[in-house]
Amino acid sequence: MLPTSHPWIEGETLGEHLESRGVTRRDFLVFCGQISAVLGLSEIAVPGVANALQAVKRPSVIWLQLQECTGCVESVLRTAEPTIGDLVLDLVSLDYSHTLMAGAGHAVEAALKDAVKTNYGKYVLVVTGSIPTKEGGIYTMLGGRTAEDVLVDVSKGAAAILAVGACAHWGSVQAARPNPTGAVGVRDIIKDKPVVNIAGCPPIGDVVTATVVHFLTFGRLPDVDSEGRPLFAYGKRIHDQCSRRAHFDAGQYVEVFDDEAARKGWCLYHVGCKGPATFSPCPIFQWNTRTSWPIGAGHPCIGCTEPHFWDTMSPFYDRLPDVGGFGVEQRVDLLGAALALGATAGVAAHAIATGVHQMREKKRSLPVVDQPPGGGPESGAKGA
Amino acid sequence: MAATKVVVDPITRIEGHLRIEVQAENGKITNSWASATQFRGIELVMVGRDPRDAWAFTQRICGVCTVVHAVASCRAVEDALGITIPPNAELIRNLIHGMQYVQDHVIHFYHLHALDWVDVVSALKADPEGTAKIARTISPWPNNSATYFAEVQNRVKKFVGSGQLGIFTNGYWGHPAYKLPPEVNLLAVAHYLEALDWQRDVIRLHTVFGGKNPHPNFLVGGMASAINLDSTATINAERLTDIADMIKRARRFVEQVYWPDLVAIAGFYKDWAAIGGGAKNYLACGEFPEAGVKDYDKLYFPRGLVLDRDLTKVHPYDHMQVTENITSSWYEYSGGEGAALHPWKGESQPRYTGPKPPWTYLQGEPKYTWMKAPRYDGRVTEVGPLARMLVAYASGHPDVKAIVGDTLGKLGVGPAALFSTLGRTAARGMETVLLARKLQDWYDALVMRIKSGDTQTFTKDKWSPDKWPAKAQGYGYLDAPRGALGHWVQIENGKISRYQCVVPSTWNCSPRDDKGQMGPYEASLVDNHPLVNPEQPLEILRTIHSFDPCLACGVHVLDAQGNLLTEVKVQ
Repeated sequence: MLPTSHPWIEGETLGEHLESRGVTRRDFLVFCGQISAVLGLSEIAVPGVANALQAVKRPSVIWLQLQECTGCVESVLRTAEPTIGDLVLDLVSLDYSHTLMAGAGHAVEAALKDAVKTNYGKYVLVVTGSIPTKEGGIYTMLGGRTAEDVLVDVSKGAAAILAVGACAHWGSVQAARPNPTGAVGVRDIIKDKPVVNIAGCPPIGDVVTATVVHFLTFGRLPDVDSEGRPLFAYGKRIHDQCSRRAHFDAGQYVEVFDDEAARKGWCLYHVGCKGPATFSPCPIFQWNTRTSWPIGAGHPCIGCTEPHFWDTMSPFYDRLPDVGGFGVEQRVDLLGAALALGATAGVAAHAIATGVHQMREKKRSLPVVDQPPGGGPESGAKGA
Repeated sequence: MAATKVVVDPITRIEGHLRIEVQAENGKITNSWASATQFRGIELVMVGRDPRDAWAFTQRICGVCTVVHAVASCRAVEDALGITIPPNAELIRNLIHGMQYVQDHVIHFYHLHALDWVDVVSALKADPEGTAKIARTISPWPNNSATYFAEVQNRVKKFVGSGQLGIFTNGYWGHPAYKLPPEVNLLAVAHYLEALDWQRDVIRLHTVFGGKNPHPNFLVGGMASAINLDSTATINAERLTDIADMIKRARRFVEQVYWPDLVAIAGFYKDWAAIGGGAKNYLACGEFPEAGVKDYDKLYFPRGLVLDRDLTKVHPYDHMQVTENITSSWYEYSGGEGAALHPWKGESQPRYTGPKPPWTYLQGEPKYTWMKAPRYDGRVTEVGPLARMLVAYASGHPDVKAIVGDTLGKLGVGPAALFSTLGRTAARGMETVLLARKLQDWYDALVMRIKSGDTQTFTKDKWSPDKWPAKAQGYGYLDAPRGALGHWVQIENGKISRYQCVVPSTWNCSPRDDKGQMGPYEASLVDNHPLVNPEQPLEILRTIHSFDPCLACGVHVLDAQGNLLTEVKVQ
């Protein structure tokens, strides 16, 4: 999504493009290895990824920003993997972006129309932000039209839709109780297209990148869970991958911030960590070129990859399962009593959380996109 | 000749959704309207929440200024509950907020503002040797060879040649208002690309202390990142070294790339020092506490107001003089259209009266925006880098006086040049230079404290709600990259009963008030402002971008039930 320092000319494959930039085959395979690891593929898959990436042309990406804070765009701007990371973003031609486009007003609206028309049926639509539905949608207007109107229109010609961030996923902070503007996510509006939810407030930029690579490489979107989140990133709970997990198992907890336990890096469960109820790539991918992640920097997880986390995971510093919407409300009293017994009770609470989430984790595959990007039928101007 | 009606919607390269309408006649703008077209309602969402969670909710007002609402919120809650944070936490917050300024201002210059002044297509015609010569004259930055610039130029050539122009599609390339020689355009394009890599690196300071960026984590009472030199899981020597290096790289880029580029480019656009001034009053609420938030004399950037552009006097800032007006906004007040309410008495009943979508024009509508109109003592007031630099300059701040004097000297213009589109952009660069230096001071102070055995980052005593009074209220100020910000919180029985923010872009993007006074964006667009070709509104983008609009921040208020919120007395 970045404007690239290594422009890619029409008709050039990634392989040719890399070569012209002086990137060796070896560097490229190392990169394919990294991206394969991110996608959870075995080493055997690396040559396949390399071949697929080398063959594709530069497909069009249209990025719509609806009711949102631009944090998701910023997150993608921080994507990791230096130099070769730019390349991943350079896999696409970013044909519409509020944040980055040079022109404004009519000029960019025309660019959007052209991109839709030229790439009809083939472009990837990235959406950040929710859709306000109250009062006929007047709470977010773009170029004089409602956000919903623009989304419905642009989604028609999309090969696939990436709903990036908690707002596009389910509405996020503006949809928190009492949801004043009636904000909803993309899947609540667009029902006839494959939509992948890149969950998080914001999500890690690298997950967005990896999802695009997945689509380009395999000609279909990745498999997802019942929330529409790619399994390669959201398939496991934070708690099961946490670098502080050993302290949970040993009953070693931070009881108040900056206590001796905090200074030893012990488990944050007692100060509200929602890691046991949160499916997220944070512990593995980490943030900002793998510098750290929330729990790594001493703050409990607030569960931002889970739907309705502003209501179900708060108060953020209350211990699971005491928080309001944890989905095991009937058991709160029971668990509360058990928790008083100490660490083993914590394990019990977390076992129940696991059960709840296992039920929710029913895998749901998205429809396979028939035509690989760039290889679809000439759709011309229909509906543009 | 009749006036031409012009609509620019969306305004791109900003945060959020902004529509500008103007009327133009004989190449000049004669009238203007600024409309914020997005509305989210975060303050209402706050009611009934745990005040210790408020920073996380309000932080999501904006993902670009991703630090400022969180810190302002922590300050408001800490003020209400009588919490003083430890000096280490204050230093860490200053480092985080300081780096936010530096990173945000550089991104603004290259990625949001530069294309208003830099013609990417013209860079193709540059002689890379000439660019290298210019680069070496203005900076010792290592990437200044003809080979390097030729490589960048080749990439751009290929890009333009591909026909897939991506974000550069339908730019205003070749517009007569672009004045830079091709060689300088090439220099700026090269640094546009370098800045993308740079920003991703230096912002990792947020990740070390806050676990992620955007939206790093904060904590009422201090910071959650514990310090222990003998642990692998805390702030230790390895983490501190990483931070120290980031600070060095941040400063080097600012001093050797951003600032020299800005001064060089400004030299070609001196006419813009007489364009786009607009509002005549400037407000700074002060920032970077060095002895606690209550010691206003020890803020690195001072607070106060410059009125009627009189730089001989600084007027004291009193937040009780702030009122909000809704004459032109899609709200209604129980006291009538003309009422001007202080935030403590604020009402936020939305009432959309605009045309049914899709819109053609909003000009001529009595109400045309979701933005309220804040005024200071009834005056239209600008906030942001220019306001901060003017208030500091008029206060006799030595660092600011030096850099303002030096810059005006280099450009050969007087202080009056500051009241302009160019002045706004220059002021942003000046404060970035000062803060890039200041980061080192805060880092050194933090290391000294740790060395002396103080590793405290959190004040525990009032963390638990059973230590709180039944009723409390607090005010948190913060001068953010885009200007003066205030959060007001009221707490009853451990829960938020009311939350209110007055935000930089609300000040600057405000519409006409009950007296018909235009807001700062609007006023700037009719202040000696050209618009040569209404089809290519490049000049409008220059002035609007000089404010660095952040619309999601500006509009956030909604009380869907339309309740008259409880009136309270200021402490």
